[in-house]
Amino acid sequence: MQKTSNSYILVFVIVLAVFSASILAFVSESLRPLQNANIALEQKKSILTTFMGEAVTAKMEKDMISSSYDSKVKSVVIDFNGKILPDLTVEKVSVAKEYKEELKSRKLPVYEIYDNNNQLEYVVLPVYGYGLWDNIWGYVALEKDLQTIKGVVFAHKGETPGLGSRIATDDIQNRYIGKKIKDEKGSIVSVVMQKGEKGGGAASIAAFESNPYEVDGMSGATITGKGVNQMLNDYFICYENYFKSKNNPN
Amino acid sequence: MSTSTIEKPAVKVSEPLFGKKQRKLISNPLDGDNPITVQVLGICSALAVTVQMKPALFMALGVMFVLTMSNLFISLMRNIIPSRVRIIVQLVVVSTFVILVDQIFKAYAYEVSKELSVFVNLIVTNCIIMGRLEAFAMGNKPWPSILDGIGNALGYGAILMVVAFIREILGSGSIFGFKVFNELGINYTGNGVMVLPVGASIVIGLVIWAQRARNGYKEEA
Repeated sequence: MQKTSNSYILVFVIVLAVFSASILAFVSESLRPLQNANIALEQKKSILTTFMGEAVTAKMEKDMISSSYDSKVKSVVIDFNGKILPDLTVEKVSVAKEYKEELKSRKLPVYEIYDNNNQLEYVVLPVYGYGLWDNIWGYVALEKDLQTIKGVVFAHKGETPGLGSRIATDDIQNRYIGKKIKDEKGSIVSVVMQKGEKGGGAASIAAFESNPYEVDGMSGATITGKGVNQMLNDYFICYENYFKSKNNPN
Repeated sequence: MSTSTIEKPAVKVSEPLFGKKQRKLISNPLDGDNPITVQVLGICSALAVTVQMKPALFMALGVMFVLTMSNLFISLMRNIIPSRVRIIVQLVVVSTFVILVDQIFKAYAYEVSKELSVFVNLIVTNCIIMGRLEAFAMGNKPWPSILDGIGNALGYGAILMVVAFIREILGSGSIFGFKVFNELGINYTGNGVMVLPVGASIVIGLVIWAQRARNGYKEEA
C-alpha cells in the first residue's frame, strides 16, 4: 500500500484509534475503584465539614473521616412530602440524577446528626444546581431549629477559575453561617446572594450582618451567584415538608 | 502553533547520549528558547493554575509526562504517519496521554485533580505540546525527542513555579500552603489581585520583561 493512499490512511487511523481506546478503557476500568473511593470519602468529608468546620476536617486523616462519619451521621431518604422511603439508602440515591426530575418527584437524602442524648443536633441537606458553565452542588447544615444555617460546603465542576470557582472557598462559604432560611411566619425565604461585592473576607460578612436572608455577592461571578441562589431555594422548598414533619412529629 | 521550523534530523548513528547537542535540547528551552516567555505559548494554563505552588507543580509534572511521551511516540511513528492526517494523529496521541494523566490524578491525587479541574484536560490544547510535536518530534529520532520534551516541559514548569511562587506569597502569604508570614508573626493581608488571573498576567509580563532585559532581546523589524 502507498503511504499516501486513502486506504493506508484509513487503516493507520483505525489501528491507532483502536489501540488508544483499548489502553484508555483498561486504565479507566482498573483505576475506577480507587476513584470511586476518593469520591465517597470526599462526600463524607464535605458532610462533616458543614457542621464541624473546615479547620477541623482539613486535619483529619482518611480513616478518621470514615470513622467519625460512621459514628455521627445517620442518613435516610425521604420524598417531597417528607415521608421516609425505607427501601432506599443514601448510597443508592444520586443527587445529580434526581436533580433532573421535577422538584416534587425527587428522592431526597437527609443526613441527621444526633448528640449524646439522642437529640437532633444538626441536619445536613445535599443541594444541586447549575452555575454559569456546568453543575454546582454542595451540602447545607442546619441547626436543630431547622432554619439557621450552621455551615455550607459548595463545589463545582467548571466555574470560571478565580471568579465563580470561589464558591468552593471558605471566603464565600463563611458568609452563609448564621443566616436564616425561614421568615418569622415560618415560610421558606432562602438566603440570597446579592450582586456586587463589598470587599470580601470579614468586610463582606459585616456588611450583611443585620440581614439574615442575604449574603454578599461575588464580584465578576453574578451568574454563578444566581445559580447558587436558585439551588438553595429549590432544595429548601424540596425539604419544607420534611422540616414540618420534624417540628411536629405527629 | 510554534513559529520555529523543523530542526535538522540528527545524522550520525553513534551519538553520545548526553553530548553538547543533547544538553542543549534541555537547556535551550529553559532560557533562550523558553516556551512561555520567548515563544509565548501555553499562556492560558500559566494564568490559570498558578494561584498556588502545589497545583502548579502537578500541572508541570502532568505536562512533562504528556509532552515527553507524546514526543517519543510521535518520533517513533514519524516515518509511518501519513502526512495528510498528521495533526489528527498527534491529537490522538496527546489526548490519550492527557486522559491517562487525568485518570491517574483522580485515583492517586484527588485533591489536586479537583483544583486543576478542567486544566488537565486542556493540556490537549496546550500549544507547547502540538508545537513541539510538529516542529521537533516529526523530524527527529526518539532520544533527542525525549530530551526536547523534557527540556520544554522544564522550561514551562520553571516559569509556572516562578509565577506561582510570586502569586502565592503575595496573594495568600504562603509557600506550598505553608503560612510564611503567620509563622514570622507578621499579620499579612493577601493581595487580592494576585489571586485573580489578572495577577498572573502582570507577573508573567514582568518575568518576560526581566528575561528580555537580561538577554538583550531586540524586536525584529
